[in-house]
Amino acid sequence: METLEFTYSAAGQATRRARVGVVASGDLEILAVPRADDRATVRVTTSVDGFAAVWRDVLDGFFAGAALAVDVVIHDAGATPGTVALRLAQLKESATA
Amino acid sequence: MSPVPARRDAVTELTARERATAVLDEGTFRELIDPFDLLTSPHLPLQGITAQSDDGAVVARGHIDGVPAVVLAIDGDFQGGGIGEINGAKIAGALELALVDAEAGRPIRPVLMLETGGIRLQEANLGLLAVAEIHAAIAALRRHVPVVGVITGKIGCYGGLGIAAGLCSDLIMTTEGRLALNGPEVVEQEAGVAELDASDRAAVWRYSGGRQRVDTGLADVLVADDTAVLRDAVQAVFRRGTKPDASCRSAQVELFAARLAAIDPDGVLDPAALPGLWSSVGSPGEERSA
Repeated sequence: METLEFTYSAAGQATRRARVGVVASGDLEILAVPRADDRATVRVTTSVDGFAAVWRDVLDGFFAGAALAVDVVIHDAGATPGTVALRLAQLKESATA
Repeated sequence: MSPVPARRDAVTELTARERATAVLDEGTFRELIDPFDLLTSPHLPLQGITAQSDDGAVVARGHIDGVPAVVLAIDGDFQGGGIGEINGAKIAGALELALVDAEAGRPIRPVLMLETGGIRLQEANLGLLAVAEIHAAIAALRRHVPVVGVITGKIGCYGGLGIAAGLCSDLIMTTEGRLALNGPEVVEQEAGVAELDASDRAAVWRYSGGRQRVDTGLADVLVADDTAVLRDAVQAVFRRGTKPDASCRSAQVELFAARLAAIDPDGVLDPAALPGLWSSVGSPGEERSA
């Protein structure tokens, strides 16, 4: 088990809380709660150790395109970077719908 | 079996949260201890397993047919719907609060949506404790109000929650749903592949599927895999009202003992012959059919 934390500056406003995904093998759960300021935080709990650099790459890419001011909690059960990116895209849809 | 509507909205495709929403009156779903409360299992991370924000249980309040209701829906996608300390406490606590309402004469309609392999083995002792509390609450609650169990699939309902299903005053299943104490893999492992080939889906459904359970009186209503049909079936049970406790399945010990005695364990057991054999040994509570 590993817990990773990231912070971003993010101007875009989320309109509501959102939850996507499920904690099941190869998948992950993501929750997002809107923030009032222009920051974003991400807290990742993953069952697979040693992938901090990959998490940073995927999250950097997401926040570069989707500047959402949200607190994000990720519960990961071994999702691939592609699955994580798809779940993040789904999260953005839910949080800004 | 209820008629199949032209356009179906499959229950089996829904998440636990969506299932709970589906049986409640439109727009009345309100979740207690929701995912954003992050009340997660403290035991799973210690064993290298990631926890889920709702610990795999949805506690929903709302209305059924305009009457206050509580729906407990298990998320079979997380840890096979296994019951641990937190999700077990959410379900048991909600049922105990429903009992307080029922005893005070306040209307409450409890529904359990069961998709679970039973106890979560990583926190088995605490899971067992919670399941015992769930059993006790169902047995007490059904004296005041119908306690409706719903098993739609795809996981099925096994172990201690299989017993909980048996304690419900009313049990609704789809043909996709399965109900048993031991799952097929456990039966094969314990009794041998000659007893049951767990990879033979047809054989598994012949003994534990919704149709067989309804035909043998171990469940009450068979519904199509459709949210509108399921919602109607749940409402119909509550409109009928409370069953006399003596006509609940778990109160009919002598009937089921006689039915077991009617089976010849030396012969080949044929699931298709069981409904006929058992109906000749009497039928469970006269209010069984809904």
